[in-house]
Amino acid sequence: MNFFHTEPLLAIIIMAPLIGAAILGLLGKRMGERLIGLIACSTVAMSAILSFYLFFKHHAELEQGQKFYDYLFTWISVGTFRADASLLLDSLSAIYILFITFVAFWIHVFATGYMRGDKGYWRFFAYMNLFMFSMLTLVLADNFLLMFVGWEGVGLCSYLLIGYYFTKDFANDAAKKAFIVNRIGDFGFALGVMLLFLKAGSIFYFDDPARGIHGAFNWAFSQVHDPLALSAIFAGGITTIAVLLFVGATGKSAQLPLYVWLPDAMAGPTPVSALIHAATMVTAGVYMVARASSIYTHAPTAMMIMAIIGAATALFAATIGLAQWDIKKVLAYSTISQLGYMFLACGVGAFGAGIFHVFTHAFFKALLFLGAGSVIIGMHHEQDMRRMGGLKKYMRITCLTMLAGWLAISGFPLLSGFFSKDEILFKTFTSVVLPAPWPRILWFIAAVTALLTAVYMTRLIVLTFWGDERFMDADSASSHSNEGHGHAGKPHESPKSMLIPLIVLAAGAILVGFVGVPEILSVGQTGNYFEHFIHQSVEGPTTQFDAADAGGDWYRQFIEEQRVEWILLIVSTAIALIGMGFGWVWFKRKPLWEPPSLLEHKYYVDEVYDAAVVQPIKQGSINVLWKFIDVRIIDGAVNGAGQLADLFGGTLRYLQSGLARSYVALVVLGALLIIGYFVIR
Amino acid sequence: MWHEKVLFIIFAVIAIASALNILLQRSPLYSALSLIGTLLSLSALYLTVHAQFIAAVQIVVYAGAIMVLFIFVIMLLNVPKDQPQIEKQKGLRYLAIPFAGLMIAEMFYVLRPIRLTTLPIQPGNPEQAVGTTWSIGTALFTDYLLPFEVTSVLILMALVGAMVLARREGD
Amino acid sequence: MVPLSWYLGLSAMLFTIGAVGVFIKRNAITIFLCIELMLNAVNLTLVSLSGFFGDVGGQLFVFIVMTVAAAEAAVGLAIIISIFRNRESLNVDEVDTLKL
Repeated sequence: MNFFHTEPLLAIIIMAPLIGAAILGLLGKRMGERLIGLIACSTVAMSAILSFYLFFKHHAELEQGQKFYDYLFTWISVGTFRADASLLLDSLSAIYILFITFVAFWIHVFATGYMRGDKGYWRFFAYMNLFMFSMLTLVLADNFLLMFVGWEGVGLCSYLLIGYYFTKDFANDAAKKAFIVNRIGDFGFALGVMLLFLKAGSIFYFDDPARGIHGAFNWAFSQVHDPLALSAIFAGGITTIAVLLFVGATGKSAQLPLYVWLPDAMAGPTPVSALIHAATMVTAGVYMVARASSIYTHAPTAMMIMAIIGAATALFAATIGLAQWDIKKVLAYSTISQLGYMFLACGVGAFGAGIFHVFTHAFFKALLFLGAGSVIIGMHHEQDMRRMGGLKKYMRITCLTMLAGWLAISGFPLLSGFFSKDEILFKTFTSVVLPAPWPRILWFIAAVTALLTAVYMTRLIVLTFWGDERFMDADSASSHSNEGHGHAGKPHESPKSMLIPLIVLAAGAILVGFVGVPEILSVGQTGNYFEHFIHQSVEGPTTQFDAADAGGDWYRQFIEEQRVEWILLIVSTAIALIGMGFGWVWFKRKPLWEPPSLLEHKYYVDEVYDAAVVQPIKQGSINVLWKFIDVRIIDGAVNGAGQLADLFGGTLRYLQSGLARSYVALVVLGALLIIGYFVIR
Repeated sequence: MWHEKVLFIIFAVIAIASALNILLQRSPLYSALSLIGTLLSLSALYLTVHAQFIAAVQIVVYAGAIMVLFIFVIMLLNVPKDQPQIEKQKGLRYLAIPFAGLMIAEMFYVLRPIRLTTLPIQPGNPEQAVGTTWSIGTALFTDYLLPFEVTSVLILMALVGAMVLARREGD
Repeated sequence: MVPLSWYLGLSAMLFTIGAVGVFIKRNAITIFLCIELMLNAVNLTLVSLSGFFGDVGGQLFVFIVMTVAAAEAAVGLAIIISIFRNRESLNVDEVDTLKL
């Protein structure tokens, strides 16, 4: 069924950024800014060009579900365990490398303007290139272990880049928080992979007879479906594997309860937030889930958990995003919320819809972050929206591109976000994976979240670009700027190096939706192209209509399906327009509306974690591990050994007193003992 | 017969009493004189086991030469009595009784099996009697010639050594 | 007849007294005297054994021992004299510089 070809150019896609990172890391300190920017952007450009080239070259084969391999070397081969350094190009990874490299390239270009004048310019771009290498390895890997290498690599680069301004304490803390919380998720991921190896005997994705390996997904495909029961989670079967892998995705993609690192990660430079925490790293979890779709479709309990957590996260984060004043934090919570949508999609079996949302989200979220970066630079490193306002006069192009992003994320008809969000809502409503009331409930939660998304994004736009110009009222320095050299002045538009990426991404945000136009809107001529393409690598759709498709009565099902889909389409549009309209009116009138303090303080989740987890561990470490075990037991043992030797020596010292009499006494004693021994014997 | 035992006991008592006196006297001169007493009683005891030559040599060499040498040296090194007596590790003196007791106990334990051995009868002629000058001289110059010669070298060494050690600097 | 064990017992007691005396007394010459006492105790053992078993070797041994004792006494006293010249004291407790 799957034909295997080799494609040696795949290796170059991942090696180019690695070489860039090496050059910049070793020699970057002595290079000028222009050269550094040139090297960094050109390596990513090379990866992008190659990705596009390979996509279009193998387009036909990928559409039929064929896969391409690039085998580099056998990394580990011990007993029955084998892990190779080999890359896989199929429809899923082809889509991913396309948008990753494309968006990353424009973000790199933006960053050459944004980071200008910073002393660690070379370090920044070295880390960014290293990140690209890790992310591409993650996506192009053909077994779980190599994916884990990329997984950890992106976590590392996230740490390095969040803590880029390492002289600031809160940046360092945020970096540590990100890494540690990620680690917790990674623990689950590693356990899941190990369990998968135990059960399936392999950690490769697919069979490859040329190398003599069989794939885990082929094994999963042949398994019986696990029951939909809570006990299945702990049974040690496919559901356990799926849940453990999802724990890893929770950490990496910031779902409940491991999302707490993402808002703090905004302490990094804005291009980092755009690239890592909007477009790429956080979508790695979704990629992993989609990749392992065969495992998930056989574990309905895991899918239900994923759907519920996804929906809950989406709603939760949207409510918090409504109450934030920092422009980047609003976008961070928005990212968490949109990621919830993606997991909701995967949880109801619509893996294709989830990936489609990843695809469109990358464009409009990166656009929004870069736009926010442009605003921040224009406002001389001011991030608090209370001190912005009326900027459309000063930053025309930024404003226009941000408007495009705003419309896309709110789900305005015919823009990219509209298509992907509507797809998710439709598939949720009609899913057969979950038992009866759940699909409707989850759809309702997702719809409310969509409303809230429209409202808070409108709030962001209105507060920033419309209304009174509040930046003249306050002092020049703000508490949230990373490098405040607070000189007041009028906001200015950003340089061309920053504006061109904005324009390109805005065009993307508007247009890319059209690759995934649902069937009904294309008047029945072509199917949903994106969906069709993706489903060569990902498990099939599972709506109530598709399940029934296998049976007869095709025409009536088709009409029924169309009717439901039209209704939901209109509902989504209505939600988007109502949300945007309400937000516009409300926030135009009262821009500085005070949100409820519970929301503004993020439901005090961080404080709860601190009290419940961090402080006990810290106190335990100090009192038990440090003061007791380390000082008294370990040091006591070591010092005690020394003291024992000292004592011993001190006692033995008296034997060598220089006094002849004591020597003789000892000789006599010895003689007595020897005689006594012989006597007794 | 019983008078042999009486003789033995008398001389044994004298020997032990003199030996104890060595320890009890403060002046080394008195100690040396006590030792002479011990040596004389030991000489008598040698006679009771028919070791005539050794008994005589004991008196001539040991009591007569060696102890006289001791007395000369004691008188040469005339240590005044009022010097402060430094004693380090005072606890050693309390070890005396325990060690002595232990040794005596071990001795008794060892000697019990051989309680009843008695002296053999001596043959009459001097050639076959053990302990006469004749027997010792013969054995010394035939079987034990090497130790004899080595002993003479030893005496030479002692002579030279004593002279060198006791010399004053600058002589 | 005097049993052999009496002689050996007496010898042991004399030896004990000599050994104890070596580490009880502080005067160098007295210590030396106790050493001579020990040697004599051993002489008594040798002679008595030689007499009871008819072997002249024991007495010859005693002969050699006496010679050695004489030589040793000479050299030892010479050493004591030279130490006395340095320190003006015969107390062995003062000669303890070889200590830790």
